[in-house]
Amino acid sequence: MPGAAILQRLRDRFGGAVVASHEHRGDATVVVERAALLDALRFCRDEPGLDFDVLMDLTAVDYSRYPGREDGPRFEVVYHLYSIARNHRVRVKTRVDEDDAAVPTAVDLWPIANWFEREVWDMFGVRFTGHPDLRRLLLYEEFVGHPLRKDYPINRRQPLIGPKV
Amino acid sequence: MSPEPIRRDFMLGEGAGTGAGPGADPNLHIGLGPAHPAMHGIIRIQTELDGEFIRKADVEIGYLHRAFEKDCEVGGYNNAIPYTDRLNYVSPLINNFAYASAVEKLLGIEVTERCQFIRTVMAEISRVCDHLTCIAATAMELGAFTVFLYMIKAREYLWELVEDVTGARLTISYGRVGGVKADLPDDFAPKMTMAFKETREVLDEIHRLLTGNRIFMDRMIGVGALSREETIAYAITGPMLRAVGVGYDVRRAQPHWAYDRVPWEVVTQKDGDNYARYLVRMAEMEQSMRIAEQALALMPGGPINVDFEGKAIDPAAYVDQGKQGKTEGLLLVPIRLSPNLQGQNRPLHDRVNTSDKHVVLPPKETTYGSIEGLMNHFMLIMEGYGIRPPQGEAYFASEGANGELGFYVVSDGGDRPYRVRCRPPCLPPLAALHRMIEGEQIADLIPTFGSVNMIGGELDR
Repeated sequence: MPGAAILQRLRDRFGGAVVASHEHRGDATVVVERAALLDALRFCRDEPGLDFDVLMDLTAVDYSRYPGREDGPRFEVVYHLYSIARNHRVRVKTRVDEDDAAVPTAVDLWPIANWFEREVWDMFGVRFTGHPDLRRLLLYEEFVGHPLRKDYPINRRQPLIGPKV
Repeated sequence: MSPEPIRRDFMLGEGAGTGAGPGADPNLHIGLGPAHPAMHGIIRIQTELDGEFIRKADVEIGYLHRAFEKDCEVGGYNNAIPYTDRLNYVSPLINNFAYASAVEKLLGIEVTERCQFIRTVMAEISRVCDHLTCIAATAMELGAFTVFLYMIKAREYLWELVEDVTGARLTISYGRVGGVKADLPDDFAPKMTMAFKETREVLDEIHRLLTGNRIFMDRMIGVGALSREETIAYAITGPMLRAVGVGYDVRRAQPHWAYDRVPWEVVTQKDGDNYARYLVRMAEMEQSMRIAEQALALMPGGPINVDFEGKAIDPAAYVDQGKQGKTEGLLLVPIRLSPNLQGQNRPLHDRVNTSDKHVVLPPKETTYGSIEGLMNHFMLIMEGYGIRPPQGEAYFASEGANGELGFYVVSDGGDRPYRVRCRPPCLPPLAALHRMIEGEQIADLIPTFGSVNMIGGELDR
């Protein structure tokens, strides 16, 4: 299904909950409100014709230094979906503020979301409500801060951990 | 038949405790790794054992985290190329090209026809190297050390080929946004034929050594299996997905570079166990060589043939003249700088790089030979200038050796990527590893871990 048709189906179904949609460089993208996120993902997965059976990627972007978006919602959580049967893709995004950086978990839809969400929590400090085991994935528990946030300086050192000698 | 696995009761008598008192957890907790000799990767698996059986496993990763995505945000778009070498360091060329293609998609440019073919050929050579390494290490951990030596020998031939083209064996940094660093060397075709001949001989030997080998089959068949539904739910792609009978391959589903110009087959198997993954990888190597041979034969641009006719001057003297401002007539002089180190021959440069001046550095001859070339060079190198894609985002997927390798690049209109996300093909299989090893014996963990082909650099970034 061409990207425009996918976006149209999502707009028809979710109406006002669709904040924006575009097809920049051929990537169909839809931004939905957080409240409708899980429904939108489930719709993408289960709706005949869409059949997005693979959560190919889940990540986030910190927009706090993006020109023109300094004041807006700070984080965007980005889901890349792919359908093996239909061979089409869609990108679903939702926006959250820094003081309320939490998104409902998609673990019930796709088990791979478990690790992807742990990585986003690790790197961005976005929480996933309902996640069964929200530990850091790549860094260690004693690490302070979330390094892919734009206000985390790249040269900051963290104390070495390990058994005391 | 393999010997009867040992349960605790067998060793200690029925109802044997652990000495920890009544009510204590009777299972044994053993951590494997992070640096275990039987695992070719820095990873920790916390297992809960009932005798020899794994009841529960928790996989811990991140020991090789180097902040790849953060580092990419610091420099210009091309500065991330060396970092991508270090993602999947067994097949770094694919990472280079996939990242470059993602940025090209963001820019909305096309690379030259010849470059598409070069990327295809080099990516397929890398894929063969990757599969060779995976099977070699798996077999070695099962005791077949001969197989390891034979396959590393074959990989050596291919790496020499890679070295001829890129100037390095591992950290090759050969891709560029808008093209590749340099054209293929003159004698590439016969060398590739020779390397493939050697590789095919090795593969024949390996088939005779492993495919029908009773010990190998007993250790691999039915071990580490994952159902088709679960494989898809865990977003596992690549050979592991094709081993459960799903013919998804990015090269076929969304053809990029030159994959749609040559005939080849997507290899699938049904069972989804370690043996099926082994068979898929073995067959894919042959398909990869098939793609590379056909793509090289179809490669446009013809033989590299530059006429010097006595007009050639020493490259160093040429550059010196340019630096002193003696540029009159310089651009008319055909010159050949080293294709791998200093610069390129001008016509060769045009063949493999896009013509967009906002993206690709001019050949060194132009930089030193004309003021326009010099300005073009500076406009791409100076901070605050460089490659500046318009605001937006793009996701480009290509088929890495272990599955879909995706790059999601966000631009804010500046000269540095605002965000680079690498979708690592290794991560989903590792996230599902506990599903493959729970309920099986601890000795089965070794071939399963081998067939997952974890690459730390890509998994932990």
